[in-house]
Amino acid sequence: MSLSTQESDEDSNYVLVARLDNARTMANILKAVHFKDTAIIFASQNGLKVTVEDAKCVQANAFLQASLFQEFVIREDQVTFKVNLTVLLDCLNIFGTSQVGGVMTALKLCYTGYGNPICLLLEENGVLTDCSLTTQDPEETLDFNFSSTNVINKIIMKSECLKEAFSELDMTSEVLQILMSPDKPHFRLSTFGSAGSSHSDFPKESDMMESFQCEKTQSNRYKISLLKPSVKALMLSSRISLRMDRRGFLSMQYMIKTDDGQVCFVEYFCAPDEMEEIDEDACS
Amino acid sequence: MRFRGKLIDIGCIQHFTRVLITIAKLAKMCTLRITPNKLYFILSERVANGGVSIWCELMQGHFFNEYNMEGVNEEANEIFLELPPENLVRAMKTAQSAKSVKIKLTKKHSPCLTFEVEQPSLSSHSRTVVHDIPVHIIPRRLWDEFDEPEMPDFDISIYMPNARVLRNVVDRMKNLSNFVSISANQNGAMRVKVEADQVTVETHFKDLEYPTWSGPSDIGQRSRNRDPAEFVEARIDIRRLAQFLSGQQVNPSKIICNIVDTRVVHFFLLHDDVSLQYFMPAISL
Repeated sequence: MSLSTQESDEDSNYVLVARLDNARTMANILKAVHFKDTAIIFASQNGLKVTVEDAKCVQANAFLQASLFQEFVIREDQVTFKVNLTVLLDCLNIFGTSQVGGVMTALKLCYTGYGNPICLLLEENGVLTDCSLTTQDPEETLDFNFSSTNVINKIIMKSECLKEAFSELDMTSEVLQILMSPDKPHFRLSTFGSAGSSHSDFPKESDMMESFQCEKTQSNRYKISLLKPSVKALMLSSRISLRMDRRGFLSMQYMIKTDDGQVCFVEYFCAPDEMEEIDEDACS
Repeated sequence: MRFRGKLIDIGCIQHFTRVLITIAKLAKMCTLRITPNKLYFILSERVANGGVSIWCELMQGHFFNEYNMEGVNEEANEIFLELPPENLVRAMKTAQSAKSVKIKLTKKHSPCLTFEVEQPSLSSHSRTVVHDIPVHIIPRRLWDEFDEPEMPDFDISIYMPNARVLRNVVDRMKNLSNFVSISANQNGAMRVKVEADQVTVETHFKDLEYPTWSGPSDIGQRSRNRDPAEFVEARIDIRRLAQFLSGQQVNPSKIICNIVDTRVVHFFLLHDDVSLQYFMPAISL
């Protein structure tokens, strides 16, 4: 470890240097939050956090912890910048998205600091690609003020059974209603589309449930168009934790196993659709 | 004017189909030139439409078991037809397990290329599928427009890198910009680069080889006085390049890339009995 973190002279110009043996690991995790063109990247000693937001109602965060990288050096407490995520993904996948014959694309990411582009160096089988990607001033990100002390209902389950339910959501419905309750039906997803309503129930006794901690019946509606992008994260994940707080805000955390056996997390926050209903819920 | 040919070998039928697919991927309309020894597929686009040109030659003897043709007259023993290559592909798609394919120039309501595909049959009755493809006969006075494009005096002539890697790279770059710069030097290096507002991406290939030209001695003369490390560069339409890389089904072991600095990129595919040349004019900034 001490060898790989040794700085070469050229690296000392950078405030951030990250090396990864398999660039597809990073591309895969970023894909899980790729529902808007731009993303804000926060780098700290812990690693990278990539935040994507939409409509001031939904926020997705992908965490790439420092240990995921073969080398991760940061010379400031925090480095923040905004990039075009679509372009970043195209760069990371420059040698193609599928791995052929176990050949890995090595990545080196460097950033000289505010106002400068980020540089990506990718190498596969001796072919080298360098990318220089402009950065922009980061915007303020949303703070959902979601704290575990205010969480009323929490479920951890295997992603498998939700994959089908989410990928077949009736998109003619404007909202997805999520019910969490200590009583039957425990956990229900409902849509109200032009062809009728549909409900999917997941009883707490199901094999898929790993943990079921629900105190009170809560039923909230979320704009389906805002939740749909989370399917990307769901598809990659093996486990999901769903939490709802007092105000009806939804937190979904996805556990994603990378190709080299590490575990990464992606989380989505979403505000409920109807404010009035939340007030009622909060009072009852 | 007469033309009649017959393909029997299934390998030839499939190979011929692959050539047609390649042409159809590159051009909506093309010219088919029929001569006693060769078939040519020709495209020469007007500058306003991109100005690319294609010149594809097939030795008829390698494909056809029977081949008879009679041109316009004895001095001009050739036939020029204009047709959408996609229609030929459709006709040949039904022939992928055929016993034979006959291709004839016929006059039905209008001039047609008629494909008669004899399908395998278990009984003694033969099953035949017939396709009539309307074609336009190009009159003698317009033949000049379809002369073989002149080989430009290249600044560099180099073998292309691994087709799969290059195809992946160009497919990604296509999302970032409409143009791509291809440059190469005489040290075996090739660079493929796109520049856009938000990003600059450049892929470096090294240790590429050079074809040894046995052609006219003037080819390569321009490169002789040049510093081997110096790059020559041309900027071309990336969509057309991606189309060419992903569409070609001839699968030669090597593709030659010739560059005239800031003027033209010329790709040359040579595979046994087929040769395909693709000229892409450079686009200035």
